[in-house]
Amino acid sequence: MLDDFINQFWPSTIDGLSLGAIYALLALGYTMVYGVLRLINFAHADIFMAGTFAALWTVRGLGVSDLNGIALIGVVALCGVVAGAVAGGGAMLLEVVAYRPLRKRGASRLAALISAIGASIFIQQLFATVLVPWIFGTSKEGGKLPVSEHFREMTTVISIGPIEITNVALIIFFGAVLMMVALDQFVNRTRLGRGIRSTAQDPETAVLMGVNIDRVVSVTFVVGGVMAGVAAALYFLRFEQTEYFVGFLLGIKAFTAAVLGGIGNIRGALVGGFVLGLLEMYGSSIFGSEWRDVVAFTLLILILMFRPTGILGESLQRARA
Amino acid sequence: MERLGTLRRNMMRVAGAVAMSAVLALGAVACGDDGGGSGDGDSITIGFMGDLTGENSGLVIPPKQGAELAIEQYNATNPEVKINLKTYDSQGKPEQATTLALGAVKNDKIVGLIGPAFSGESQSVGPILEEAKIPSVSPSATSITLAEKGWKYWHRVVADDAVQSTGAATFLSGSAGAKKVFTVHDNQDYGKGLADAIGAAVKAKGVTTQTDAVDDNATDYSSTVNKIMDFKPDAVYFGGYYAVAGRLFKQLAEAGYEGKMMSGDGSLAKELITGTGQENAQGALLSCGCLIDTAGETNANAKKFADDYKAKFGSEVAIYSTEGYDAATAFIEAVKAGNTKPEEINEFLKTVSFDGVGKPIKFDQNGELAAQDIFIYEVQGNVIKLLGNANEAKVS
Amino acid sequence: MNMTKKLPSKSNGGGLSLDPLRDWWAGAAGWQRWGVYVLLIIGALLLPHQAIGSFMAPSGADWASMLSDQIAIYVLLAIGLNVVVGMAGLLDLGYVAFYAVGGYTIAIFAVKYDWSFWETLVLAIVFAAASGVILGAPTLRLRGDYLAIVTLGFGEIVKRTANNSDYVNGPRGVQGIPHPPTLSEWEIFGVQPFSYGILDSRPYYYMLVFFIVLAIIFVRRLEKSRVGRAWTSIREDEDAAELMGVPTFRFKLAAFAIGAAIGGSGGVVFAAKQTSILPTNFEFMVSALVLAAVVLGGSGSIPGAMLGAFVVAWLPERFRFLEDYRMLIFGAALVVMMIFRPEGLWPSRQRKAELAEGGGGMGHMGAEVGEQQTGAAAEVTK
Repeated sequence: MLDDFINQFWPSTIDGLSLGAIYALLALGYTMVYGVLRLINFAHADIFMAGTFAALWTVRGLGVSDLNGIALIGVVALCGVVAGAVAGGGAMLLEVVAYRPLRKRGASRLAALISAIGASIFIQQLFATVLVPWIFGTSKEGGKLPVSEHFREMTTVISIGPIEITNVALIIFFGAVLMMVALDQFVNRTRLGRGIRSTAQDPETAVLMGVNIDRVVSVTFVVGGVMAGVAAALYFLRFEQTEYFVGFLLGIKAFTAAVLGGIGNIRGALVGGFVLGLLEMYGSSIFGSEWRDVVAFTLLILILMFRPTGILGESLQRARA
Repeated sequence: MERLGTLRRNMMRVAGAVAMSAVLALGAVACGDDGGGSGDGDSITIGFMGDLTGENSGLVIPPKQGAELAIEQYNATNPEVKINLKTYDSQGKPEQATTLALGAVKNDKIVGLIGPAFSGESQSVGPILEEAKIPSVSPSATSITLAEKGWKYWHRVVADDAVQSTGAATFLSGSAGAKKVFTVHDNQDYGKGLADAIGAAVKAKGVTTQTDAVDDNATDYSSTVNKIMDFKPDAVYFGGYYAVAGRLFKQLAEAGYEGKMMSGDGSLAKELITGTGQENAQGALLSCGCLIDTAGETNANAKKFADDYKAKFGSEVAIYSTEGYDAATAFIEAVKAGNTKPEEINEFLKTVSFDGVGKPIKFDQNGELAAQDIFIYEVQGNVIKLLGNANEAKVS
Repeated sequence: MNMTKKLPSKSNGGGLSLDPLRDWWAGAAGWQRWGVYVLLIIGALLLPHQAIGSFMAPSGADWASMLSDQIAIYVLLAIGLNVVVGMAGLLDLGYVAFYAVGGYTIAIFAVKYDWSFWETLVLAIVFAAASGVILGAPTLRLRGDYLAIVTLGFGEIVKRTANNSDYVNGPRGVQGIPHPPTLSEWEIFGVQPFSYGILDSRPYYYMLVFFIVLAIIFVRRLEKSRVGRAWTSIREDEDAAELMGVPTFRFKLAAFAIGAAIGGSGGVVFAAKQTSILPTNFEFMVSALVLAAVVLGGSGSIPGAMLGAFVVAWLPERFRFLEDYRMLIFGAALVVMMIFRPEGLWPSRQRKAELAEGGGGMGHMGAEVGEQQTGAAAEVTK
């Protein structure tokens, strides 16, 4: 068991980091919506799923194959833009349709949570039964099968002793970090970002100070959606395949990562994502992959017992300190 | 209708399910039982049960379509007794399957059931059909334990894991020459059973083994891949379905694994190649109790089936569609021979013997397929080619 | 927190208001209430009649087994979860874990050690309650959504551990779980209500009705007692409750244990009816749907939770004719129902007032302030 851990340490670390990067990007959407609305947006995972299909559609439309180097980065960036637009738009639509009416009625967060679960089922089924067969021209039952599109070549670009890093892992890691830095700057430097932070801190005062809450909520959803879209593009780069159910488990993990880092905390999502990715990989190398999720959730419970508000503590505004 | 209308209005007013149902119940008792049932002399009903809208419906819709095709072709011959096929969407969930099975038996008066598709639901439905004396033929439930229950009305047209593992192990340790085998499964009923059986069978032949599992809902299998790269096996055998097999083989190939990759009947589908990527999938091996020629070059039956299937459904023959067709054909043969009562059909199934589109269909006393041959296939180009019987097949 | 909030349902409730009925109920004499109870129970007993089934389950599913295998089980689970979520205000996303503990208890003890159904039932309830305490003890100090993710994680841990353990046959699950022993061959209207066989689901349904009635009485008594008042205070404002001398931790733990025990009993009946269980019976989706049932019905209200469970379990079945699209419609229906009745189909009056006041323990979504003001303003101008 421990031998396995030692032998597989370096590959596990690299895989854990690239997996963690995707968790972290996805966790941002959960954490921002939570920070502003105190809502667990269960449908966020399905927004991500929509993004993966957008990325797939882009690559298929370009008709490229065996990409590498700069061309690959370019195509991934394009995928990120398209998937980000689709996911961002989808997230905004989701907010308007499924959450805003509840907000206007002063509904409890519990009601919003059920609405989120309903929306999640709806989006999944929408893709499985309508959109995928229609867009990709598969037969009706094909909507539930994975769709693949192979477009890139995986090569090792850095090799130091036992450490071998592929082009794909490198793009995922730096792509994710880049997006997170950009988001951090957006939230901390811009006017809209200030609006988001103030709403997260104290919605009533924010309103009194002239913050347009509807707009802030919309922007929060769009930004979270764009992050999910970029995560989807990176995900698609890694796996070159997607299906309607792909968001479910990933979403639960990303939400776990958000909580682990301290929900509502943007930097916490980053830390939580990487910690969870690494824990999963190390856990599976020691106990076997079938225990991966058990290890992850057990550690989550343990960490929360000692740090009840996550590793970095909660709330958007305190992240600056 | 009148009564229903007022009831509905009341319902709105009261808006309480319990109170409402009390009213409904009292009213309904007065109506008396109207019963159900579809079987008159000239047509009988056969059910098809499986996950038609759930997560795994991709595995169940092809056999359903196969069965539909068989029955449509039969009805087109203007037979004396027509067969209706009624589908029951269990979503693969045992609690829904039992509800539907009881409904099928009591209300629809089915005379036979194709399915349930998965082993889990079969375990729950089996006792019901046994008690109701309704024969069933499953196109895809492979769990070994199903045949060990002594059910008299249960059959399947797919080889069980034990038979397949013996054949595949002979091939792996024999002509494939593997000394170290790594088995991977999807931690599901079918996959784990198969992978564990393979592991035990090759171990008995002196092969070193190691095993690991992947999650079929997840897509990242890098921890499993790392374990495989660490173990450096000659062959990896995956027990599970093609979607997961495709992802695993792809990630393995991309991590630089160069040994053999093999899987079972659940992965014998073209989607394995699309999922893995044609380049990565080259030389991937498959074991199956089925004799199919996906190219349809040698077997005229299979070729005709593939053409008809494509013409009707607009898609290629997919996983278990031949089994669905063969299971339906078994019932059709029984009806052709003049059996229309469930028990007569069951008696007939004991002796049925015909060449299905996939393999010869003949049941032993447990309802298990009598044909025990396992065939090995290999991915070549973008097709899955038959290499031959597991005892003789040579790696190309 | 906000003075301008108004009870939303007044302005939009329309014809669906339950108020006249509630007023009558509040003033009803003891014999009237008992009359209604008896009528309800008789109604519940007559429910599996095929004539009702032909309307409720027209696609040919067996209505009686739908009632026993899905609807009644969900109703029981919803009553249990309602204690945790509705009464104590603790968000539990892993309720299925306790259901699984119940199911696996009977699977292990009845199959491997030949315990009888009733013995395993008692044991399962004890085990489920104990697992509630085991989960609750370290985690109930967490607030709100941290608790949600921890319970979700616990649900996954239980399911995956069952899936990975050869002791319970891993993914193959446990088969050959015995039916409950037949109590009597007594027959009435063509039913043997105490004979537990394979083909007739009605006896199981009656057993579940019995359990449901017991659970209702039990929960109802608790709700009216000191315990219930403590739960209300915790849900309303935990800090204030603590300051007032309510031992919040202990009462939260009790809520967890009681909810878990009810869930465990559901698992036992499910396993005994199905005769086999699999880890995949205990997916996260079950937790989500039971929670949906509680909230849909009206969190905190027992009849509401039952109604919600009925709707959640029955709707997908009733709309089976939609085939592929029925889950699509179901998802949309959840959203629409929450939009039009965010307080639930049958909320308790107290909860409704609390919700109008400040989210009823679960709190509102954070940024509703501006909306509330405009909403209230619109109301004033009406």
